[in-house]
Amino acid sequence: MKGRLRALPGRLRRRHWYGEGPLHLVLMLASFALTGYAGLRLLAGDRWPLVVVWFVGAALLHDLVLLPLYSLADRAVCAATAGTGRHRAWTGYVRVPAALSALLLLVWFPLIAGSTDAPGGASAAHYTSATGLPGDVFLSRWLLLTAALFAVSAVLLLARTAAPRLRGTAARARRRRATKRRSASSGR
Amino acid sequence: MRAHRPPAPASPSFWRSPLRGPRLTALLGVVLLAGITLLFVTGMLSYAAYNPDLAGGVNDQTPGKGLLGFYLFAWPTGPHWLYRVTQGVHVTLGITLVPVLLAKLWSVIPKLFALPPARSVGHALERLSLLLLVGGALFEFLTGILNIQLDYLFPGSFYPLHFYGAWVFIGAFVAHVVLRIPRTVRALRARTEPAADADGTGLVAPEPAPPTVSRRGALWLVGGGALLLLATTAGQSIGGWWRRTALLAPHGGADPGSGPNGFQINKTAAFVGIRPQDTGDDWRLTVEGGGRTVRLSRADLLRLPQHESALPIACVEGWSTDDQPWSGVRLRDLAALVGLGERPPDVLVESLQLHGAFRRAALRANQVRDGRSLLALRVGGAELSADHGYPARIIVPAAPGVLNTKWVSRLTFGGPS
Repeated sequence: MKGRLRALPGRLRRRHWYGEGPLHLVLMLASFALTGYAGLRLLAGDRWPLVVVWFVGAALLHDLVLLPLYSLADRAVCAATAGTGRHRAWTGYVRVPAALSALLLLVWFPLIAGSTDAPGGASAAHYTSATGLPGDVFLSRWLLLTAALFAVSAVLLLARTAAPRLRGTAARARRRRATKRRSASSGR
Repeated sequence: MRAHRPPAPASPSFWRSPLRGPRLTALLGVVLLAGITLLFVTGMLSYAAYNPDLAGGVNDQTPGKGLLGFYLFAWPTGPHWLYRVTQGVHVTLGITLVPVLLAKLWSVIPKLFALPPARSVGHALERLSLLLLVGGALFEFLTGILNIQLDYLFPGSFYPLHFYGAWVFIGAFVAHVVLRIPRTVRALRARTEPAADADGTGLVAPEPAPPTVSRRGALWLVGGGALLLLATTAGQSIGGWWRRTALLAPHGGADPGSGPNGFQINKTAAFVGIRPQDTGDDWRLTVEGGGRTVRLSRADLLRLPQHESALPIACVEGWSTDDQPWSGVRLRDLAALVGLGERPPDVLVESLQLHGAFRRAALRANQVRDGRSLLALRVGGAELSADHGYPARIIVPAAPGVLNTKWVSRLTFGGPS
């Protein structure tokens, strides 16, 4: 690799310190110019340090807190529902409804938490006085949706585990009848 | 000793999910490319719909915008459901894309910890750009999602934060798309993920854990999450029977009331400080323009020719109502009262409300001239309710809800002098 670089004409050796092609450099400069122009305006208010905190904090909070948290939660679910010698894993039947419920909670957290006046939520009283709509319904709706998601999952799991067992019982009964017939005919 | 230490996040063997790979990332990336482009376009349309360049910038929440307003145009009045659609798409699509964004970020998380932090100047610049990309995307989604739930936690007014934030984000977004298109196309053409030793992207786990779900299953989960969010949100923009399906959306479920005034309310009279004594028999509408001033009681207004318009309320928060049968006086007829009936100019509308950024708002001449634009006095055959703007409110086709000023006290044609 080094030998090939040395063989390149001087014009191209710029890649050596920049590490990327000219299109890359032009794109980066254009992009940062726009960022600078809009960024100065984004940070023009008195509370600009907080805006920086929100902008960078959103990325850090996601990458270093939210993502590790849901990965660990997922690992715990996998460990608790792993397959054994006798059972197939039923991870998906817990993971899918739990993930969907958590997603709804994440997106609608202000309204759901506001139903109970928990910190971080928009208060139900504020919501109701602004819109004339009841503000305390979102927690119970989310809980009911969560219950419905797990109920559907439970039915599917039941269908998976019970159906073959039922089929197995029926097959065993058929086999028993067939054996009986055979032994009856041979005894004659 | 060293061999027994668990790998650090910087080590490729720390990341063990067998799902990660350039093809998964490319699939999610293509969905986001289409979705975010549409979000940006509808967002810029919404900005134009406010007519921020009118009447000395009365409607302008971002007076320092400079060149970022380069594309502004006179927002049309037709089709009358225009803003309902553009803003309904903007908000509903944004919510629907949340699981796709989260999955995309999950799919590339090993790259955040990759060492060395920068291989070259170019690589360092690109990583800085990626911070703007990820921070910008999350900032935009966060401010938007909080704003529609009336949870104004963010540091400052929503309009400048969301608007300038979008421009900061889009610069990094375009650069990222251009730089990653070749890799994305290659990954999608390959049909399968490469083996770890043949993977140039560093996404495929070299020591994968046994799979607990297939890649297809994981994509179904992401798609299912998007569908669930769509199904529990879209009804607040579609209206009618569908509103009841929007179980978690801020303006879903049942309407706040019954009868002709039962439809959705943005801000109630009490919330913005309207007092009953301000809207009683002593209320007068002042119409000014062309050097003349006319003062009208509600009875005077009801004696003027009444016209009907079936128009929706469409909020920047994404929800909207079905077309409501308004009736009242045409704005161009009111302009004619002060001698400006031939070619009515822009108008400055002032409200009795004490709070709210848009208690003074401007409408453009094309909006005043449209025969469907009314100073509405009645809806569905009934008097306006206090929460819908009694004694009189503006209703203009295709305009954002906040420009349909309620509790109107003064109309100044030709703008403030």
